[in-house]
Amino acid sequence: MDLFEHQAKELFAEYGIPVPRGIVAHTAEEARAAAEQLTGRVVVKAQVKTGGRGKAGGVKVADDAADAHAKATQILGMDIKGHTVHKVLVEEASQIAEEYYFSFLLDRANRTFLAICSASGGMDIEEVAHTAPEKVAKVPIDPLTGVDRAKAREIAVAGGLPQQALEGAAELIEKLWAVFVDEDATLVEVNPMILSADGQVKALDGKVTLDDNANFRQPEHLAYVDKAAEDPLEARAKEKHLNYVKLDGNVGIIGNGAGLVMSTLDVVAYAGEEFPGQPRPANFLDIGGGASAEVMANGLEIILSDPSVKSVFVNVFGGITACDAVANGIVSAFKLLESRGETVTHPLVVRLDGNNAALGRQILADAALPRVELVDTMDEAAKRAAELAAVGA
Amino acid sequence: MAIWLTENSKIIVQGMTGAEGTKHTRRMLAAGAKVVGGVNARKAGITHEGLPVFGTVKEAMEQTGADVSVVFVPPAHTKAAVREAIDAEIPLCVVITEGVPVHDTTEFWAYAVSKGNKTRIIGPNCPGIASPGASNAGIIPADITTKGRIGLVSKSGTLTYQLMYELRDIGFSTCVGIGGDPVIGTTHIDALQAFQEDPETDAIVMIGEIGGDAEERAAAYIEQHVTKPVVAYVAGFTAPEGKTMGHAGAIVSGSAGTAQAKKEALEKVGVRVGRTPSETARLMREIMSGR
Repeated sequence: MDLFEHQAKELFAEYGIPVPRGIVAHTAEEARAAAEQLTGRVVVKAQVKTGGRGKAGGVKVADDAADAHAKATQILGMDIKGHTVHKVLVEEASQIAEEYYFSFLLDRANRTFLAICSASGGMDIEEVAHTAPEKVAKVPIDPLTGVDRAKAREIAVAGGLPQQALEGAAELIEKLWAVFVDEDATLVEVNPMILSADGQVKALDGKVTLDDNANFRQPEHLAYVDKAAEDPLEARAKEKHLNYVKLDGNVGIIGNGAGLVMSTLDVVAYAGEEFPGQPRPANFLDIGGGASAEVMANGLEIILSDPSVKSVFVNVFGGITACDAVANGIVSAFKLLESRGETVTHPLVVRLDGNNAALGRQILADAALPRVELVDTMDEAAKRAAELAAVGA
Repeated sequence: MAIWLTENSKIIVQGMTGAEGTKHTRRMLAAGAKVVGGVNARKAGITHEGLPVFGTVKEAMEQTGADVSVVFVPPAHTKAAVREAIDAEIPLCVVITEGVPVHDTTEFWAYAVSKGNKTRIIGPNCPGIASPGASNAGIIPADITTKGRIGLVSKSGTLTYQLMYELRDIGFSTCVGIGGDPVIGTTHIDALQAFQEDPETDAIVMIGEIGGDAEERAAAYIEQHVTKPVVAYVAGFTAPEGKTMGHAGAIVSGSAGTAQAKKEALEKVGVRVGRTPSETARLMREIMSGR
């Protein structure tokens, strides 16, 4: 989960990391009030979970409260790379002497953590790393020993930070490491990390990504979930503990196993290329290895309530749970839906393969469920589901 | 001789007394695997599923001669369980558990490295490893395929099963599910190397998915070191940027980690990449029928 800048900075502040004073505003009026509470000039910053805000005009300096109102009016509602701005951070403007770059991140390839530090901050670090790699220090961090003050200083030196910034930067880096570890983050980025005119090293921006797998020991992270931005279907699916991602097509997808479902999306998209309107997958939904009747019913319920869905493709490989059990699950799911007062109005293409596939198909054929078609192979089933979506079912 | 797991492998199950541990211990035994005991510090001394439960991995190894551990303990305790297995220097530790925080995995990986990599770790968030007809350590259904001469390495469980099933008439030497997390122990490259060296493996199926650059690095490795034919499949061409698709590691970040980039990297080094799982199976069938 990515945090908004203001959330990242609130987190930084809890760890004693110097950040500018700031207040979140959801309306221009709130932005005016915020600027009145702060001292001097302010910066009005769009709160969206994407980069390039400055270039898009989402960050503006305001001279006074009236100007903050005007700037917030311009920024609120703006679209930045598909993200609508619903709130701004109004922050006291800093006197910047120098700008640096700093981050801790997970290095998947080397299976370790990495500190990245550069005296060339404020811009796109990937750009700097590309054009002037010597200006970007990448320091591997041993997860067993972590980062103490001495290591933090070593990183700052490697990044080429000037003498007058070293102590402040080392202190900040040590505290960022605490954020990284204690909050189970996979990314903590400060760009720019600044040296202010009065010699203080501060975090002027903040980007934090948290590991969702750690939620069981980070219960307070739930407060960061952006409910407003959540897709309503994804939110409902989450309540039912379903692994669901909304996509923009019209073929509903249910499968077991993340890899098989990802593959199903691809196969459906390929098949769809041959039909008018080019049907595409409407969602990702992994019902897991067990594929029980209840999970199947919950999954079908979510998918059938998606108005863009025209057909549904149920793609199950029977491994540990053999196909006869999966078929019985589908039959029970239909009964369960019926008892909830729901009727299946869309065509369902079902492909069962693996253990006891023939038996499973027989069970479904005998049940004669309305609008269910059995197709033997994944490729053919994908084609049929796409075809049904194309004709509008 | 399959890779890493043979008919002589003696398996213990960490977390055997839990629901998943119990269920899959039964299945492994039914598949003919030599499961010799379990580990649970709080239940040491009892007998479960007809097998002794030990207090520690070390004790279990001393008493049974076990050389493989399969870990089913919940995410909150996985790090401690794997560290214990590393301390006991068990040669192979297969971590099935899904949902392990990546800081924990990164830490136990660093711990394994610091102890000289005496323990091979597979996973976490993986289905395990199966050498059909010989042994089975994990949750891969044993009865969907047969013994043969194809080696398979995959990030995904069900896609592994799909390929094992489609090619069941030809059969497999060993199938390794390395898991879908951002940080894992055994990689595609480790498996490619082992299959290349294995006299009982003739060709290799490699299954990847979006996220990270493991497939690109595997392609570079294949170009340099693998002479056996490799066919590949990559899932996630239609996955949107920035969304995690089921597996914690399956995410396209900006322009990095796309299926297209992985496919291109593999094809560039002469690996044939199937458009669908079935086409991938057909490509492998062509190769094996030419032998």
